[in-house]
Amino acid sequence: MDLMIPDSGLLFWMLLAFGILFVILARFGWPAITGMVERRNERIDKALADAAAARQLLATLKLQEEKILQQSREEQEKLLEQSRALRVQLIEEAKEAAEKEGQLLLDKTREQLRLEKEEALQEIRLQVASLSIEIAEKLLRGQLEPEAKQRDLIDRLVDETLKPRA
Amino acid sequence: MTKRVVTVGLFLAVFLSIAFPALAGEKKERPPVDVRELLLGHLEDSYHWHFFDIGEKKIALPLPVLVHSKERGWFAFLSSRLEEEGGYKGFTLSTEGKTKGKVVETDSTGKVVRPFDISITKNVVALFFSCFLLMFIVLSLSRWYKKREHAGELDAVPGGIKGALEMFIMSIHDGVIKSCVGKDYQRYSPYLLTLFFFIILNNVLGLIPIFPAGANLTGNIAVTMGLALCTMVAINLFGNKEYWKEILWPDVPIFMKAPIPIMQVIEFFGIFTKPMALMIRLFANIFAGHIIILALTSLVFLTVAMGPILNASMSVVAVLFSALMLVLELLVAYIQAYVFTMLSAIFIGLSRQEPHKKKEHKLKTENI
Repeated sequence: MDLMIPDSGLLFWMLLAFGILFVILARFGWPAITGMVERRNERIDKALADAAAARQLLATLKLQEEKILQQSREEQEKLLEQSRALRVQLIEEAKEAAEKEGQLLLDKTREQLRLEKEEALQEIRLQVASLSIEIAEKLLRGQLEPEAKQRDLIDRLVDETLKPRA
Repeated sequence: MTKRVVTVGLFLAVFLSIAFPALAGEKKERPPVDVRELLLGHLEDSYHWHFFDIGEKKIALPLPVLVHSKERGWFAFLSSRLEEEGGYKGFTLSTEGKTKGKVVETDSTGKVVRPFDISITKNVVALFFSCFLLMFIVLSLSRWYKKREHAGELDAVPGGIKGALEMFIMSIHDGVIKSCVGKDYQRYSPYLLTLFFFIILNNVLGLIPIFPAGANLTGNIAVTMGLALCTMVAINLFGNKEYWKEILWPDVPIFMKAPIPIMQVIEFFGIFTKPMALMIRLFANIFAGHIIILALTSLVFLTVAMGPILNASMSVVAVLFSALMLVLELLVAYIQAYVFTMLSAIFIGLSRQEPHKKKEHKLKTENI
């Protein structure tokens, strides 16, 4: 029984055939297959990593967007607040200015009133003076009359002059 | 389902024995079946490819015999010539002794010697066939990839059988080669892939009983020896400094290596025992599987003498069991190819190991 004794002829052909098979497959067979599959796997891995990075980026962008939105909302709030304050202030100022203007106008009117009054008084005074002169004239005319009569005359004259004006 | 088959078979056997009682009696006396001869005849190499017998006539494909005689030089002739009376030009088939079944030469002094024999035997034909088949499969697959790459379709994925093949190849490439060899696995992956697919293809072809498959190639020790030799070369030719240091000056107490080189001798034997184990494992597994299937099949012929009932029922049982064994052998075909490749990859990986970092290791254990 030569089952356990390797046959030299078969061993020879085996080494030859297997050697040729190995050389041909190692040269033209396996590298093309495994190389392409490995490169494909690498690309898939890279694509997955890229997608993960993009997702991360998107998440951060979204966060930023949220932040910016928040900020703008705050800004808006602040601006609104400011404008409200400004309005109040403006109204306040306008009120103040109006009050001042009113006061000024009032004062002016008052002044004018005073001036007019003074003018009137002046006029009255002038008229009184002229009246006085008139009376004095009349008095001078009635000098020769008794004192009581003169006083009556003066009263009458004053009444005369004042009455039409009252 | 199987139960029904068994009952039908038994009924058929009983029916036949009742209907044709003459058949049993009329049977010619045949010589008893020599099971040992039958089994070994199927498993051993031969100079022709025997298909079947029609009566006394053997239907076989004669194959070329290539021998080199020390005295007369090279001879090439068809194996059918050996069947002729007195052989061919002094070459005959030996019938006894160590050279039984081989071509022997009767030299000028009348002595029977074995010439240098590189005949294209049944196994060699099967070897060539399987090599061509594997080459065809792998090259057509790689052509597909090259074509796609050439066309710029870098992300092309094959479908159908090519896709399944890619998955199979990459499962070995990633699961066995990459993880077992380690760092520069790309250098060894062509060899290990060739090894795996050569073994599994021949294992499966050995299970198919129809020409040109059916030769017991991976169950032949010369073939497994060839594979083991290739692995041995791959291990030792590219082994690094650390590998040889482990053999010539291993990390053991000095008395085990200094005056008497005990460890060196053990390690040196290890160089040969590793591939030897690979060789025997593959051979024995495939050979044993074939033996079991053939033994179960020969039950059919052995029980002929026990009468038709027993013969028929045993035939059913034998066929069922051998079908079961074939399924099991399919599993073994994969496992053995896997184991051979994985162990080769591990041995190659070990021969390219980086030096141990001993101090760090010590520190670590102290910490724990």
